[in-house]
Amino acid sequence: MLKMQNVSFSYGAINAVRDVSLSIEDGEMVSLIGANGAGKTTVLGIISGLLRPSAGDITFGGESIVKTPPSTIVKKGIVHVPEGRQIFAKMTIWENLRLGGYKVTNRKLFQERVEYAFDLFPILKERKNQSAGTLSGGEQQMLAIARALISGPKLLLLDEPSLGLSPLITRQVFGVISGLKKAGITMLLVEQNAYEALQISDRAYVLETGSIAMTGKSSDFINNEDIKKAYLGGV
Amino acid sequence: MSIEYIISQLINGLRLGSVYAMVAIGYSIVYGILRLINFAHGDILTVGAYTALTLMVAFGYPLWLVIILSIIISVAMGLLIERVAYRPLRNAREETTLVSSLAVSAFLQNLITMVFSEQRKAFQLPDWLTEIHTYGIVKLSTMNIIIFATTIFLLIFLSIIMKKTRIGMAMRACSDNQRAAALMGININVVVAVAFMIGSALAGLAGIMLAGEYKTVDPAMGFAPGLKAFVAAVLGGIGSLGGAVLGGFILGIAEMAFAGLLPTSITPYRDAMVFVLLILVLLVKPNGILGSDEGGRS
Repeated sequence: MLKMQNVSFSYGAINAVRDVSLSIEDGEMVSLIGANGAGKTTVLGIISGLLRPSAGDITFGGESIVKTPPSTIVKKGIVHVPEGRQIFAKMTIWENLRLGGYKVTNRKLFQERVEYAFDLFPILKERKNQSAGTLSGGEQQMLAIARALISGPKLLLLDEPSLGLSPLITRQVFGVISGLKKAGITMLLVEQNAYEALQISDRAYVLETGSIAMTGKSSDFINNEDIKKAYLGGV
Repeated sequence: MSIEYIISQLINGLRLGSVYAMVAIGYSIVYGILRLINFAHGDILTVGAYTALTLMVAFGYPLWLVIILSIIISVAMGLLIERVAYRPLRNAREETTLVSSLAVSAFLQNLITMVFSEQRKAFQLPDWLTEIHTYGIVKLSTMNIIIFATTIFLLIFLSIIMKKTRIGMAMRACSDNQRAAALMGININVVVAVAFMIGSALAGLAGIMLAGEYKTVDPAMGFAPGLKAFVAAVLGGIGSLGGAVLGGFILGIAEMAFAGLLPTSITPYRDAMVFVLLILVLLVKPNGILGSDEGGRS
């Protein structure tokens, strides 16, 4: 579904991502793990078109999207749930969802997806006319995911969905994510919480200082001694 | 001091305030989206006034056509400026775009001087507009009523656009969180262009009204009102439409009150007083009267 080939990106003189190649198959859930500053968020930014790579190619469904603007990439079905939620804090929850469906011109489809999101997160329905900034961190994360679902993603990019959340809320968020996986949504998950990410994903890539250091089945990684030591806190 | 005098100063203040308000809306919308203080915005007002003058005097077009064409030219100029002077600097620091806007302002003033000379020129609107009506102790011109009504109408109209339409939602989303707006599939360039279109249309219209009030035009006529309108936008709470209009009215009335109430030896300093007022308000409400208290941008 998505193929990244030898992609590089630098912020000025700093090479943030070097020669990264990865692929995601239809229906698969892939996680991208690595330390802070390894370039995980940059990789997502490149896929969603916010950042333009200096080298390499990206194809989505066989078509190159490396020069495609973010607004068109959304329309093609790649939807990015950014780090730190990035909800529209001054707007209402309902308006946030409306904006999630900015590219959805079919009203009926939009309504169906809103219903689906409200079923998934009843709290959003209860508080739909309140400004999104009044939600708790966990609720904001749910809103960010709901907003992304409304655009009908073929590929969902999730950046640090557990960042800053309590362990209890983190469990809830991961519960929702595995629900989405069961519903057949293809996902690329970026997480510092590597253990949770490996638990629910099919395959994983390990990013170290901007390059792919390792790749394999998530279940193999959980039992891998090196991975345990480096990313799972030695558990 | 007579009640008639107070009322007439109040009307003058509302009239002046309406012009500030119209220009302030443009500052506010553009600032909200780009965090750009567009100092060339006031000069669009001059462009609108000179276009109207040319069309009236040289071509003899009827007033309605003059207004429509002047607004179109102002919008075209606003879009051109955005494309040439601001879009290439989209990711540059805020100081850089600020300097660019000052350069555009100087460029426009010099361009207008070159084409029309620096001489003041007479600007005469049809008599039925400037005719003074007397209602008891209230004296006002048709123009006064039109200016005030237009401002209120535009405030309501734009508020509905912002609240109810797709492009309005997109504009609010961009000023709330531009990165997230891009991720929703919103084309930022379109939103920015629309913001400049609305701002320039209002500034062009304000230019015709100001020229009609003062009965003259000159190449620097937009600069001072532009600056005051910026103050009005900050005073009311930049980024808020209602704030821009409220700020415009407060500023216009305060200016006329200072001019009318203070001894003549101090009246030349009325602009300084206006800025003192701004400082006092910002000390109490750093985000302006109607600005949100949520602090900076997210």
